[in-house]
Amino acid sequence: MSAATEALHPAGHPADHGHEHDHDHAHDHAHHAQTGWRRWFYATNHKDIGTLYLWFAFTMFIIGGTMALGIRAELFHPGLQFWQPEFFNQLTTLHGVIMVFGAIMPAFTGLANWMLPLMIGAPDMAFARMNNWSFWLLPPAALLLIISLFVPGGAAAGGWTLYPPLSIQGGMGMDFAIFAIHLLGISSIMGSINIVTTVLNMRAPGMTLLKMPMFAWTSLITAYLLIAVAPVLAGAVTMLLTDRHFGTHFFKAAGGGDPVLFQHIFWFFGHPEVYIMALPAFGIVSQIIPTFSRKPLFGYVSMVYATSSIAILSFMVWGHHMFAVGMPPTAQLFFMFMTMLIAVPTGVKVFNWIATMWQGSLSFETPMLFAIGFVCLFTVGGFSGLVLSIAPIDTQMQDTYYVVAHFHYVLVAGALFSLFGAVYYWLPKWTGHMYSERAGKFHFWWSMVWFNVTFFPMHFLGLAGMPRRIPDYPLQFTDFNSVASVGAFCFGLGQLFFLYNVIHTIRGGVGPAPANPWEAHTLEWEVPSPAPHHTWETPPDEALVRKGFAAQALEH
Amino acid sequence: MRVWRSGALLALSSSFACANSKFDFQPPQTLIAHDIRDLHTWIMLMIVVIFCAVFGVMFYAIFKHRRSLGHEAKPFHENTVVEILWTLIPALILVGMAWPAAKVVLAQKDSHDATLTIKATGYQWFWGYDYLDSGFGYKSKLVTPRSQIENYKSAGDAKGEHYLLEVDEPLVVPEKTKVRILTTSNDVIHSWAMPAFGVKQDAIPGFIRDTWFRAETTGVFRGQCSELCGRDHGFMPIVVKVVSQAEYKAWVSKKQADAKAAADDPNKVWTKDDLIARGQKVYEANCAACHKADGHGGGPFPALAGSKIATGPIDGHVHIVLTGKGAMPAWNGLSDTEIAAVVTYERNSFGNKVGDFIQPKDVKAARK
Repeated sequence: MSAATEALHPAGHPADHGHEHDHDHAHDHAHHAQTGWRRWFYATNHKDIGTLYLWFAFTMFIIGGTMALGIRAELFHPGLQFWQPEFFNQLTTLHGVIMVFGAIMPAFTGLANWMLPLMIGAPDMAFARMNNWSFWLLPPAALLLIISLFVPGGAAAGGWTLYPPLSIQGGMGMDFAIFAIHLLGISSIMGSINIVTTVLNMRAPGMTLLKMPMFAWTSLITAYLLIAVAPVLAGAVTMLLTDRHFGTHFFKAAGGGDPVLFQHIFWFFGHPEVYIMALPAFGIVSQIIPTFSRKPLFGYVSMVYATSSIAILSFMVWGHHMFAVGMPPTAQLFFMFMTMLIAVPTGVKVFNWIATMWQGSLSFETPMLFAIGFVCLFTVGGFSGLVLSIAPIDTQMQDTYYVVAHFHYVLVAGALFSLFGAVYYWLPKWTGHMYSERAGKFHFWWSMVWFNVTFFPMHFLGLAGMPRRIPDYPLQFTDFNSVASVGAFCFGLGQLFFLYNVIHTIRGGVGPAPANPWEAHTLEWEVPSPAPHHTWETPPDEALVRKGFAAQALEH
Repeated sequence: MRVWRSGALLALSSSFACANSKFDFQPPQTLIAHDIRDLHTWIMLMIVVIFCAVFGVMFYAIFKHRRSLGHEAKPFHENTVVEILWTLIPALILVGMAWPAAKVVLAQKDSHDATLTIKATGYQWFWGYDYLDSGFGYKSKLVTPRSQIENYKSAGDAKGEHYLLEVDEPLVVPEKTKVRILTTSNDVIHSWAMPAFGVKQDAIPGFIRDTWFRAETTGVFRGQCSELCGRDHGFMPIVVKVVSQAEYKAWVSKKQADAKAAADDPNKVWTKDDLIARGQKVYEANCAACHKADGHGGGPFPALAGSKIATGPIDGHVHIVLTGKGAMPAWNGLSDTEIAAVVTYERNSFGNKVGDFIQPKDVKAARK
C-alpha cells in the first residue's frame, strides 16, 4: 500500500513522506494541479492513464476501421478498381496489426487501468510511473506503423502474421512494423506487470482472490498470458529482423533454417493472444449480466476455473493454425483434440451466463444489450471455431473467408461488443453523466444488424472456397462480397455515432449520474460519480466490502 | 433475430443438396472431399441443435424473466449437479465429433502407394508441375487478360466465365488413380489447394511436403493459391484437368515427345563422335537394363555385340528401336536426337565397327 501511495506523489513533494492517508480529497486535488498537456504527458493517475489508453484505442480503431473500409471498397466488385495489389496487401496487414495491437489490447488495458483500482479498493495501479511509460510507448509505435505507409516500398504487406520468407522480402516498412511490435510488446509486458502486482497486492481488506470481481480475475489471467507470450513474439520478430539484415538463417532453408519455425513460434504467441483479447471480454460480461439480471453471477468458482483452463489450454493448441503446413497425423490429431477440448470450459462460461439470466429480473439497458449480443455472437464464433478445429474440415477452410468470418465474430462481436458494453456501463462513473439510452440502444441495434450483414456471408464465401487476402476474386463470389461491403460501410458509420454518444455524455448527457445508477454491488459504485481524481486512498471499510460480497453471494 | 440466424444455419446445412452452390463446398470429386462434406454436415447439425437448445433457454429467460413483466429475481448462484452435467455432456458430444474426424485425418494423411507422383512448385506467381515418373514438366500461368482485371479507369473488358481461374496449361491427371502431389516452392510459401478434391497443402521453400487425391470423375476443377505470397497472390490459380486413363497416356507421350523435341534442336547436324558420346548416355539410361552395359545381353535379352540388326542396314536398326519387337518395347518416346545417338552408339561400340551414323532428321523421316 504505502509503496504504491508514494508512487502517486511526485518526487520531492513535501507530502511525500507524510503518508497522509487521512487527508481529504480536496486537499489531494491541490497536489495535482497539472493542467493542459502536462496533465496527460506526466500522467501517473490510473484514471488519466486509463482515459489516455481508451482514447488511443478508439483512434486506432477508427484508423484500422478506415483501412478495413478500403479493403471492402476494393472487394465490392470483382476487378481492381481502387488499389494496386501491393497496397491492398499493406491495408490487410496494417488493419490486422492495428486492430489487434493498437485497438483491442490497449482498450482492455485502459479499462483495467481505470477500473481495477476502483473495483478492488486500491488507490492506484502499483507502478504509477511505469504505467505512464507503458502508455506513452504506444503512440510512437502507432506512428511507426502509419509512417511506414509512406516509406519506399510501402508498409509491411505480409499479413499480420508476418510469415517469412515473404516478410523477409518486404521493404523497410517491414522493419517499421517489427520495431512497432517491439514497442507494443514492451508496453504490454509493463502493463501486465502492473496489473498482476496491483491485483495480487492491493486488494481491499477481506477481499480474498476468490472474492474478487470477475473482471479482476480475467485481467489477472490475461496479464499472465501476456507476460508469457509477448516475449515470444518479440523473439520471433527479432529473428526476422536479423534474417533480413544481419545474414542469419533462422527461417531460410538455404542456410539450414526453416520458414515453418516462425509459424510455430508465432502461433505459440498467437493462440494465447486470441485469449488475451477474449478473456477480459468474459470478465466484463460477467460484471454486466449479473447487474442487469439482479442476481449474483452463477457459478463464480467454476467461472474462475474455466478461465484458468482456457488460459492453460491456449498454450497447447497453436498447431491448429498450421494444419495445412503438413504435420504428421499424430500432431494433427493432438492439436485437433486439444482445440476441441477448449469448447468445454468455454461452454461452461456461456451456460453460467445464461443461468445467471435465468429467473432473474432482467432489464435491457445498453450495456446489457451489448453483453447479450456478445454471448450470442461470440457463441457463433465459438461454433465456427469448433468447425475449424476439425482438421479435415480445416483443410477446406484454412486461409479462406470462413476463417475471416470466424475471427471477426470472436473479435468484433466478441471483444469489441464487450468493450462497447463496458463503456456504456462505466460511462456514468467516468463522466458523472448518464448517456442517452435511446442513442445507446440505437448504436447497439445498428451495430448488431450491420455486423451480421458484413460477416455472416463470409462463412458462405469461405465454404465456397474464396481465399483470404486477395484483392480480386472469381465471379461466383461477387454477391456475398458486395453484401459484406455494404454491411461494412454501414457498420463503420455506426461507430461515428458511438463517438457522438460518448462526447454527448461527457458534455452532460441526459443529466447527472448517481453514484450507483445500476444498483450494482462492486466497489467502484461506492465512490461518487464522476469518480474523484483520487479514490480509495484509505482502503474501503471492511464492512462495506463484505456488504458487497453478500450481495454478490460470495459470502453469507 | 434468433429465428433469422438459426434459419440461416439451417439453410446452410440443407444447401448441401444443391450442386455448385455459392453457399457450400464445391461438389466433391474424391472420397476424402465427400468425407469432409459429410463430417461438416454432421457437425453443423449438432451445432444447430445445440444452438437452438441453449439460446432457446436464454431467449425464454429474456422474454419471461424480465423486470418489465414484474418478474422477481431468484438469487440462486450455484448447483453442483448441473455444473458437472454441463461439463460432461459437451465433452461427450465432442467425442462424438472427434471420432469420425480422426478417421478422416488418418485417411487424408496416408499418401502411400500412389500410382503417379507430380511435383508442384510454387513460384511468384504461378505454378510449375513436374511429372517425376515421366520426365517432363511445365509451368501453369494465369491467362485472364489484364484488360479484364484492371478496372482503375474504366469497367474494362467483360470478365470471362472462368475469370481468374483459367491457366494456359492445367495439371492433367488420370481419373481413378491415386496421385501424390509433392509441394515445394521457389521463393515464398504458397499453398496448393483444390477444394473439389479436399486438398490443401502449403508449398514451403527448401522443403518437400506431400498430399494426395484420387479423382473419381473426369472434368476440369479449379482452385487458388491459399497462402499469401505477395503482390499477385490472388492471380495464381490452380486448374486440374482429370481425363480418362487412355487420354492421359496419349497426353503423356505427346508431352514427353514435345519435351524432348524442345530439349534438342531436331535439325542440328551432328558429328559421329558427338552422337556416340550422347548415345552412350541414352543407352545407359534406357537400354543397359536388358542389353547390359557391355552390349552382351543376358537371359532372354539378345546381345547387341555382333547382332545382325546392329551391324545390318541402319534403317532396320532404327525401325526396331521405334517399333519394338517381342519383349522389347517401342522406344518412340525418345526424341529423334536420342534415337539417332543411341543407334549410332550401338553400331560403333561393343566391338561393332559398322562405321555409319544417322542424323536426327532422318530418324524423324523414319517415324512416318
